[in-house]
Amino acid sequence: MLDVQKIIEDVTQVYGKSRTALMPILQAVVKERNYLEDKEMIAVAKALDLSPAEVFGTASFYTFLDTVPRGKYCIRVCKTISCHMAGKDEIIKALEDTLRIKVGETTVDKQFTLMTANCLGWCHKGPVMLINDEVYPELTPQRAIEIVNGYRRENAG
Amino acid sequence: MNKFSVNLTINDIPVTVPEGTTILEAAKKLDFRIPTLCYHEDLCVAGNCRVCVVEQVGAKALVAACATPVAEGMCIHTNSATVRTARKTIIQLLLSEHNADCTKCYKNGNCELQNLAHEYRVGEHVFIDLINERRLTIDDLSPSIIKDDSKCIRCQRCVRTCHDIQGVSALAVAYKGDHQKISTFLDHPLVEVVCTNCGQCINRCPVGALVEKTNIEEVWDAINDPTKHVVVQTAPAVRVAIGEELGYDPGERLTGKMVTALRRLGFNSVLDTDFTADLTILEEGTELLTRLKKVLVDKDETVALPMTTSCSPGWVKFIEHTFPEFLPNVSTCKSPQQMFGALAKTYYATKKGLKAQDVCVVSIMPCTAKKYEANRPEMRSSGYKDVDYVLTTRELGTMIKQAGINFRNLEESHYDSLMGDSTGAGVIFGATGGVMEAALRTVYEIVTGREVPFKNLNILPVRGIEGVREATIKIEGCQPEWGFLEGVEVSCAVAHSLANAKKLMEAVKAGLVNYHFIEIMACPGGCLGGGGQPIPTSAEIRNKRSQAIYNEDAGLPLRKSHDNPEVKILYEEFLGAPNSHKAHTLLHTHYTPRKRY
Repeated sequence: MLDVQKIIEDVTQVYGKSRTALMPILQAVVKERNYLEDKEMIAVAKALDLSPAEVFGTASFYTFLDTVPRGKYCIRVCKTISCHMAGKDEIIKALEDTLRIKVGETTVDKQFTLMTANCLGWCHKGPVMLINDEVYPELTPQRAIEIVNGYRRENAG
Repeated sequence: MNKFSVNLTINDIPVTVPEGTTILEAAKKLDFRIPTLCYHEDLCVAGNCRVCVVEQVGAKALVAACATPVAEGMCIHTNSATVRTARKTIIQLLLSEHNADCTKCYKNGNCELQNLAHEYRVGEHVFIDLINERRLTIDDLSPSIIKDDSKCIRCQRCVRTCHDIQGVSALAVAYKGDHQKISTFLDHPLVEVVCTNCGQCINRCPVGALVEKTNIEEVWDAINDPTKHVVVQTAPAVRVAIGEELGYDPGERLTGKMVTALRRLGFNSVLDTDFTADLTILEEGTELLTRLKKVLVDKDETVALPMTTSCSPGWVKFIEHTFPEFLPNVSTCKSPQQMFGALAKTYYATKKGLKAQDVCVVSIMPCTAKKYEANRPEMRSSGYKDVDYVLTTRELGTMIKQAGINFRNLEESHYDSLMGDSTGAGVIFGATGGVMEAALRTVYEIVTGREVPFKNLNILPVRGIEGVREATIKIEGCQPEWGFLEGVEVSCAVAHSLANAKKLMEAVKAGLVNYHFIEIMACPGGCLGGGGQPIPTSAEIRNKRSQAIYNEDAGLPLRKSHDNPEVKILYEEFLGAPNSHKAHTLLHTHYTPRKRY
């Protein structure tokens, strides 16, 4: 269970109870659970004397601060031009097939969310995807499926 | 600290201004108007719309006049070919993302983007229309405000208004790039969030993205319904601002002409909210004295002080969201609008031999939150919806124009009788500090039997434009029954705009200040700067309306609420005494704690 009050306490001890603490708190929440729940944004707003609309505004600006439920593993396939040229569409197709979801969706067991991302800075080793904070370069469709299966096994075991 | 003078030329004309002046302000001094959209004199600089770009000789790119301070030796051109081309392109780009269906738009004819499109003769849209791509929606669930994102140009005036002036931030900038929009928390409709319905965003929106929810058609229908007896009440701040909708300069007092116009529109009876403003003073003044007695004499710890006013529905909703622990401090008095509605369908109806269900009450208010207030479930103490329809000053202006009335040539006339009488104390409700002043005029006299010790009854310390003002009045020479107040210094505070209200309430909460009575108005300047008032509103315009209100007060023969003859009759024949059981049933209410988003 994610304890947002504890995160707020820890972060505000470093940054104070000002707006400066907003991003570190949101990042800390997302690090633990991949997305922000409504009640967490309200709690953060209250702690920092901001309006929840401002917290939502900030969160919605950043692609990596999601405000809708995400799976335990967020897969982000780079969609920018180098990875596109290197075959990102086949990677996405393979992932969609193995996960049986479309881009933007989450698996029924809430384990995987499939998304695309703008340039991840690995143009020389595309196509590339991120799973949470891990980078997986030089993908082939087969390799992408193996990586996902690795996560599945880790989860089962 | 002395400011340095800066010399520059604008369109080859030399000008000297203090340092820190922006190019926009310097140009204004030379009577060069530079077009603006995101700039608003009440707000901090944003510099995001770019429509005010000017050419600075030697600079690599055009600069935003609203956001660039002058520098020594600057040469500025506000209307060069480069500037004109750039501005036209900027306007065209804005239009490509704007739902430019002008003839269907509520703001048609009063839209800053439409004016610029006209001024620059933009002609055919040269960029691809992106408006359908963005699939933006309309939020029309609020009884006060319609938010149409397809009209929004993202200038963020509303965001700055809601944050800087009101301290509410119901609206914030969300998402980014081509997805950027002005959003509430999680895109909830305005009715479900902390929005106070104050309408200050409407007052500053340059386009039709934020407008009031209009009730003009319903009111015409009621007027045309022969089974209805339609009563209209006008708030104090309307009479000093309606002129701006009809081509007058700000600050014109048009009470008499407005009354005639309302009669010509077909209302059966033209009455005055100032009447119930006077009544509010008697109810609220008595409530204050009762609270003081309970605290000072009975040592009753359940009674909350300071008592705050409750006339401003924006303030009431704000405190319900933000300081629910202070709800016992809010006066239980309904606002004058709602007192009027409750009496119109009981006292007035009986006196006139009408059935309550046949009386339709219309209010003309400087306020959009009044539309919300009239819809509150608590506001049905007559057994019916006490106030049926609320129109803003702007909507009344529209109706007068629709009716083809030549306002300037109208004769002046008086309000009808029974709930049409008022005093100067009722009139000043329209300005910040006015309720406080009116209350002090009456309370002091009840307690001491003498008039307030201020020249001509003008309690100047509570007037003015500072965000928070304080005053104390020492009570001396009490009447015997008020002996417990002898020597007490009644300590008062006045705040206007919710950001100031928030500061004041935080000081009260922290125990830094001790007051007996606090007046709070949600809008800057009080009701005269309300969200339903003519657009534009600026500090100068608010000042002129304020002067008009105080002049109206000074010119009236009766200036103390307790002298209102019709209020006296109301108590004698109907209510009994202030805060009587009947008064409580009809004229008082309760409040609801609300969530904080």
